[in-house]
Amino acid sequence: MTQALWIAKTGLDAQQTKMSVISNNLANASTTGFKRGRAVFEDLLYQNQRQPGAQSSQNTIYSTGLMMGTGVRTVATEKLFSQGNLSKTENPLDIAIEGRGFLQVLLPDGSLGYSRDGSIQIDNAGQLVTPTGYPIQPSINIPIDAQSVTIATDGTVSISQQGVAATTQLGNIQLADFINAAGLQPIGGNLFLETTSSGSPQVGAPGLNGLGSVLQGFVEGSNVNVVEELVNMIETQRSYEMNSRAISTADQMLQYVSNNL
Amino acid sequence: MHELLLSVTNDVKQLMRAQAVNANNLANASTDGFKAEIAFMVTSQRMGSLASVPDLSSGSIKSTGRDLDVAVNGEGWIAVVGADGTEAYSRRGDLHIDAFGQLSNGAGQLVLGNGGPIALPPFGAVEVGADGTVSVLPLGQNPNSMAIIDRIKLVTLEESDIVRGEDGLMRLASGNIAASDASVQLLAGNLETSNVNTVSEMVKMIELARRFEAQVQLMQSAEENSQALSRIMRMS
Repeated sequence: MTQALWIAKTGLDAQQTKMSVISNNLANASTTGFKRGRAVFEDLLYQNQRQPGAQSSQNTIYSTGLMMGTGVRTVATEKLFSQGNLSKTENPLDIAIEGRGFLQVLLPDGSLGYSRDGSIQIDNAGQLVTPTGYPIQPSINIPIDAQSVTIATDGTVSISQQGVAATTQLGNIQLADFINAAGLQPIGGNLFLETTSSGSPQVGAPGLNGLGSVLQGFVEGSNVNVVEELVNMIETQRSYEMNSRAISTADQMLQYVSNNL
Repeated sequence: MHELLLSVTNDVKQLMRAQAVNANNLANASTDGFKAEIAFMVTSQRMGSLASVPDLSSGSIKSTGRDLDVAVNGEGWIAVVGADGTEAYSRRGDLHIDAFGQLSNGAGQLVLGNGGPIALPPFGAVEVGADGTVSVLPLGQNPNSMAIIDRIKLVTLEESDIVRGEDGLMRLASGNIAASDASVQLLAGNLETSNVNTVSEMVKMIELARRFEAQVQLMQSAEENSQALSRIMRMS
């Protein structure tokens, strides 16, 4: 009986995790470059109470066995890297990545982070930075007299200056790609870190070698599908109720014994 | 008298186990590709004992739109490597690629192809065909250079021969390895949900609870009987 109680408890835990993932997705429905998460479950080990096919006598075998499961566990809360909607902003420093790839961001500790959020800003030194102020790598400095900034689909950043007929190329925005992007570690702030399971980054110019191209004047919205999340929420709530019902039934059975014997 | 108590105690114990099997089904109502376990009583010698078989009906198919989510349409199983390194079968279709480019399912079990695990080169796009063929567009290649990498091993299993292992994966009771079957169909961009019917599990749960109460009442009657007996013995 206590086994049923503990199994139903793992069910409650799992549904609770799923609910947190759903609320996080919904909360970030308007976060630029956000990738929605999904809770992945697996059944726990089975206890073999009686082996199917065991001998019931010298000449006969049990046709069925008894396998008792021990509940469920959350294996992962994976990120789904499908493309978010591109929305036009007309802001010259907004870029969206259309296709695979991440912007490289230099974190304060000197390591590299990866982001899909392309709402770039200029800091007081003229450097291209993320909204949090972390420099984009390789670093690009916009001079103070720049009249307009153009970012081409292959990542080339060029400016026009007053009195100069030709545009000046400042550098290239590069993208990094991973064989298993779902293995990246999200650390908040629209940033991801490289892990062993993501593989090492393959850096290159946008639009080449399978990397996505860069679109100026657009931002990539989050890929959360609000309707789908609401349906998931209903399903999660019902499953949660069923599991808590299993706990109360197990409890009532135990209570019945102690009250009536 | 002793006989009645023994049999009732056994029943109570079996009902508790049945309730645990039921709770496990409910706990896995959201585990993709999960197959419920059906518990039932069988008579062996004089006492009833509990047995269980996996319920092999299909779960419902939900559309996810993710390239590497596949659902087996109708009959059939996906061959994976179990925890003990042997070939086992699963209906889980949330496939992933690990850092070495190998294809595995959501529980981290490697998916088998024609000759062992499937390794993918770095790719721009991946496609799983209806017959399990995995093709990729290698990084930096033109869209016309899709290359076939391998084919996911899909099998059909004789239902009466399927047993669940301790890792939750299905195997053949005979210990044989199933041959791949070309008629099994995959639906890419979909996932098969757990086949647990929460409503019927709830009804079963209530039914088990009532049977449990009835058995406990029998225990009470047994006690009353033995008290009555000892009263008669005293009078004489």
